[in-house]
Amino acid sequence: MTRIDDTFARLRAEGKKAFVAYVMAGDPDEATALEIIKGLPGAGVDIIEMGLPFTDPMADGPTIQLAGQRALDGGMTLEKTLATARAFRETDQTTPIVLMGYYNPIYSRGVDRFLEDAKAAGIDGLIVVDLPPEEDSELCIPAQAAGMNFIRLATPTTDDARLPKVLQNTSGFVYYVSITGITGAAEAQATDVAPEVARIKSATDLPVIVGFGIKTPEAAQSIAGVADGAVVGSAIVKLVEEGKPVPEILAYVASLADGAHRA
Amino acid sequence: MPNDLFNSFMTGPDENGRFGDFGGRFVSETLMPLILSLEEEYDRAKDDPSFWAQMDDLWEHYVGRPSPLYFAEGLTKHLGGAKIYLKRDELNHTGAHKINNVLGQILLARRMGKTRIIAETGAGQHGVATATVCAKFGLKCVVYMGAHDVERQAPNVFRMRLLGAEVIPVTSGRGTLKDAMNDALRDWVTNVRDTFYCIGTVAGPHPYPAMVRDFQAIIGKEAKAQIMKAEGRLPDTIIAAIGGGSNAMGLFFPFLDDKDVQIIGVEAGGKGVNQKMEHCASLTGGRPGVLHGNRTYLLQDDDGQILEGFSISAGLDYPGIGPEHAWLHEIGRAQYVSITDVEALEAFQLSCQTEGIIPALEPSHALAHVMKIAPELPADHIIIMNMCGRGDKDIFTVARHLGFDMSGPEGRSVE
Ligand SMILES: Cc1ncc(COP(=O)(O)O)c(C=O)c1O
Repeated sequence: MTRIDDTFARLRAEGKKAFVAYVMAGDPDEATALEIIKGLPGAGVDIIEMGLPFTDPMADGPTIQLAGQRALDGGMTLEKTLATARAFRETDQTTPIVLMGYYNPIYSRGVDRFLEDAKAAGIDGLIVVDLPPEEDSELCIPAQAAGMNFIRLATPTTDDARLPKVLQNTSGFVYYVSITGITGAAEAQATDVAPEVARIKSATDLPVIVGFGIKTPEAAQSIAGVADGAVVGSAIVKLVEEGKPVPEILAYVASLADGAHRA
Repeated sequence: MPNDLFNSFMTGPDENGRFGDFGGRFVSETLMPLILSLEEEYDRAKDDPSFWAQMDDLWEHYVGRPSPLYFAEGLTKHLGGAKIYLKRDELNHTGAHKINNVLGQILLARRMGKTRIIAETGAGQHGVATATVCAKFGLKCVVYMGAHDVERQAPNVFRMRLLGAEVIPVTSGRGTLKDAMNDALRDWVTNVRDTFYCIGTVAGPHPYPAMVRDFQAIIGKEAKAQIMKAEGRLPDTIIAAIGGGSNAMGLFFPFLDDKDVQIIGVEAGGKGVNQKMEHCASLTGGRPGVLHGNRTYLLQDDDGQILEGFSISAGLDYPGIGPEHAWLHEIGRAQYVSITDVEALEAFQLSCQTEGIIPALEPSHALAHVMKIAPELPADHIIIMNMCGRGDKDIFTVARHLGFDMSGPEGRSVE
């Protein structure tokens, strides 16, 4: 049982949907990002998705690209990203952290060393966009062996024939990408998402969380209503980009969380 | 040597798209099903004689193949050593080797029922080739090109627009080929159902590196037959410039099992490989990593962040290299060297002066290495160099570097 499993057990008991918030480590700077992350549980966030900055985020739209760029320009590294997780863990022992990013910084550090350090830093799960099931031996299998969840993306192009392969080595939850596209682009529609989530749920007992293209409390509510929870990323990161003060960012996160929890 | 004892270099990639540890399919799930169906379609086409009959017909009548293998007497005399042959792929329709591969991919796209073609381009040669073939077949074409490259390769931008393509300048990163490829991948993820991504080099997720190599291998196949006819034997050395590595792989592949043929790839050394990262020499100055769908040698910092390369040649300005080259480098079958901007400019001028051939800046890098080695070699040493592109697109860049004012009425040199 990881913190992620515990969190879904608690939410099930409370009859609530999960709200997952994405923020980029080191954005706009290391200290402010930590302050935001520390404030997320208080704003109602059930699971924190922490972005690992990368120069070439191929699945991300301009908002998250620029967030990664700001972080890297400020000297953010994988080491400092893990330090952010460690600092968060000093104040919070229960809220899961999922590290989301691309493979190269992890590969560059060395998979074994990365897993050891990430686990010690209190990271509970990984989402690595450019590692499909075909490359499971790279990181997915070692991560599971190290007791970390490896959360897979399922997408509108993942057809029934392929779904079992995608689900096979997934743990923690399944992340359904609601659109074909990049983060922060098109708006997800609950009517499109509902049958897809049902299709995935018929093939797995894992919770299915929906992300990409959710921007408002209303959308968080309607999407969470047809799944086990919702993820919001770009809409939060946008406020960081605009230089909004941390309390204002957290107030907006709270409104999103309330939306998802109303579902 | 009996076949079963012969350890062939031509069997890769394996079923996972790996050349040794390199290659693979490091893409998001959204693209994975499409990449698998492309692989299936390519496997079918590869064994379909009608596919290759169509390719041969287009290569002959539309591209103008076979391209000549030309004995460069002027260069040979000037350098005073090895006998130098140029494989004249700069004479192809659109002026470079890029169209060899584009034709194959567009025929595949048509087989797959895709109606919209996207491409990334650096020098603009791949973009022009893609726009050209799309115009011929009436397909919608969108080309991503780094904003910096749009500026330094302006004639090709206009060419693409004339051919009906939409050219999208990419401003993320430093605005070069790597960034164009990122945005092309983002477009593909968004429009995956109707769009075919026509990659311009032997990089990207499997099956692209193998597929592009197979389409470009026409260069080496022709060269082999042509040198046998001209000299009655194989060459001693073959040389090509490397951006992603497609013209090089095309020349090299048919010679991989001819173990007496020395193979040399020339990377862009920019301002010099010793000066930190002001170059694009992935093999000589990088280390293995994962980018754009494959594991290969990359220019990157200690944290695994990708670095921007630097080269006078937009077509070589890429921080990676095709995975098959990474493998050939590691096993030692091919040798990789680098050439600086200054050396390439010198070779550019020498080709103009001794052969009456204005080369692209990319093969000028290969020629610069020929200039280094040929004088030391005996007269019976045969070199084949891939003259993979012509220099019309580069005259503005070269003029600037040589201090020549093209806007002046007499085109006088400026101080
Ligand atoms: C003439 C020419 N040569 C070489 C290249 C580099 O590509 P590759 O290494 O794939 O041949 C380009 C790319 O634009 C080019 O235009």
